[in-house]
Amino acid sequence: MDQLTRSDMNSTDRTAAPSTNVGFALRRLFRTSEALRGYILLSPTLLTMIIGLAMPLLVLFTLSFWIQEYLDFIRTFSLKNYFDFFHKPIYGKILFKSIRISGLVTLATVLLAYPMAYFIAFRIQRNKLVWLILITVPFWTSYLLRVFAWKIMLGYNGVINSGLKSLGFITEPLAFLLYNPTAVVITLAHAWAAFAILPIYVSLEKIDRSLLEAARDLGENAFMSFVRVTLPLSMPGVIAASLLVFIPTVGDYVTPSLVGGPSGIMIGNIIQSMFGKALNWPLGAAISVMSMLTVTAMICLFLWGTHSFRRRIA
Amino acid sequence: MGEAIILFSDISKHFGQVIAVANTNFEIYRGEFFSLLGPSGCGKTTLLRMVAGFEAPTTGEIFIDGQPMSATPPNHRPVNIVFQNYAIFPHLDVRGNIAFGMRKSGLSRAELDQRIDEVLELIKLPGYGSRGADELSGGQRQRVALARALIKQPKVLLLDEPLGALDKKLREQMQIELRQLQQQLGITFLFVTHDQEEALTLSDRIAVMSDGHVMEIASPAELYESPGSRFVADFIGSMNFFEGEVSCRETSTVRVTTRVLGEIEVPLTTASPTTGERVWVAIRPEKLQPVFSEPQSRTNTVVGQMGPSAYLGDRSHFYVHLTQREEPVLVALQNLERSLDHLRRPNQPVWLQWADDAVVLLPRD
Repeated sequence: MDQLTRSDMNSTDRTAAPSTNVGFALRRLFRTSEALRGYILLSPTLLTMIIGLAMPLLVLFTLSFWIQEYLDFIRTFSLKNYFDFFHKPIYGKILFKSIRISGLVTLATVLLAYPMAYFIAFRIQRNKLVWLILITVPFWTSYLLRVFAWKIMLGYNGVINSGLKSLGFITEPLAFLLYNPTAVVITLAHAWAAFAILPIYVSLEKIDRSLLEAARDLGENAFMSFVRVTLPLSMPGVIAASLLVFIPTVGDYVTPSLVGGPSGIMIGNIIQSMFGKALNWPLGAAISVMSMLTVTAMICLFLWGTHSFRRRIA
Repeated sequence: MGEAIILFSDISKHFGQVIAVANTNFEIYRGEFFSLLGPSGCGKTTLLRMVAGFEAPTTGEIFIDGQPMSATPPNHRPVNIVFQNYAIFPHLDVRGNIAFGMRKSGLSRAELDQRIDEVLELIKLPGYGSRGADELSGGQRQRVALARALIKQPKVLLLDEPLGALDKKLREQMQIELRQLQQQLGITFLFVTHDQEEALTLSDRIAVMSDGHVMEIASPAELYESPGSRFVADFIGSMNFFEGEVSCRETSTVRVTTRVLGEIEVPLTTASPTTGERVWVAIRPEKLQPVFSEPQSRTNTVVGQMGPSAYLGDRSHFYVHLTQREEPVLVALQNLERSLDHLRRPNQPVWLQWADDAVVLLPRD
């Protein structure tokens, strides 16, 4: 009884000046709660991510459990598409090949990007920004144009073949340049170079130069100082670069369809045809989901590997 | 004096038009604690970096233990450095940092572990081996940097303002520990600092540098009590300077005529100037004895008026205005009594007295 009256009194108190009290409480909450402020700052991105990323993923995931029948979906839960994926070896084989090609692309890109990033971080003293802008110059034209440019370079009567022929090194054009996985690796490695150079550059730039002097002072030559100090300290950049290159290239379908030829087909081409000519959206969705899971597994493996590598060389 | 462990022979270093170190010749003896002292930009760090091998001298040769070093890269020199910012490897723990330079030592795992434990004991961080570099305080990082260099058993340990980033109490404690460590290990320390008090506390000998030149090399007491030039006298501690001229030289004293202090007598030393030479008469603030009532003796006495004072805890500084001089004279007084009333007498007369040997005569051109 006593409690009841007290709570009654409280409620009358609160309603006495409702607008100011609520406003004050909100302002106070806003000032004291860092989490709330964080979420409010994050909200535009968060909304975009939910609408643009989480929703399509959910749709894709749902779609992968349906079945295509002519132009309609049978909307009952079914594992048929996953069954198909595992029982027709072609999908697994192409997925494996895609990962191998992307792995090669990642390796080639990081190996080419590292010296470039190292050069800008350690050797360029002034106008570093100019160098960084120069690296992005190829991106000022369309991706498609750059792929076509490589087609012209590598083609049967392309720049390299005709150049070698006119110099007299070869009599017949080299056929192995275009329409195979190598062409895909070359084209993608060039296309993604900037995405690898920038994160590696940032991680190299952050390294305190006195650490390298300390390594020299403690008896290591220039090469071993690099291996024991520079390389492990730039690993975050290398990891970021690898992920930035590996993840998008696994699913790429433009480059393989233009320069890959029949042997250079990747999982992206299969998925694209499932949603297009082959008209089997649910199977396409299932292949997409499997591709994503595989990429996730590969990344976990990669992160674990680099972590233990870093520990060992240090 | 012992034998030289480091010999600077005609060493100079130019950065373009800037002369960081001008033609320099001196030696550092085995087992001594040697400091390079000077204001920032005087070339002391450049000199240190040339010993370490990070800068190549423009001219001359540095010998370490008799060996010329100009063709030897840093990793083959028998010296190790403690950097100003300590340069602790952030990707390694304390043990990894200390073991960094021991890769080619040929020690077995167990022997190395034991050596690291010994060094950790030496720098008073036992049990810190598995701490990450980011889990250390400034003082601990400094100790790890020291351990990392000392485990290499260098012939000379180079220290580039290693105490600059520490707070006062910790700095004083580290000074004592550094000195003990140096005496215990018998390694030559080459220490760079801009802090004159630190240099005086730690060193066997100090080289005072200015604008790329070594101005004077001497023990702390010599530098303070009988500096060789006005620059050194002014740079180390505080000094009152009076213009004077030698009027005559006698068997045991030199008579100097000054406008402000009158005619004074100074004991003859080997460096005493000749008759007619223009000199600076220099007296340290703490060697001026203030008397607040008219003294009986008028030898070595000058009268003035009390000016502003500053309370420094253990001692007080105050200025005395002399009639014949615009610049006031600085006097330092130990605060032996808790009452400071005697200092708070603006414009009251005060007599300053000094002992004969308190005066230093320095060349004036």
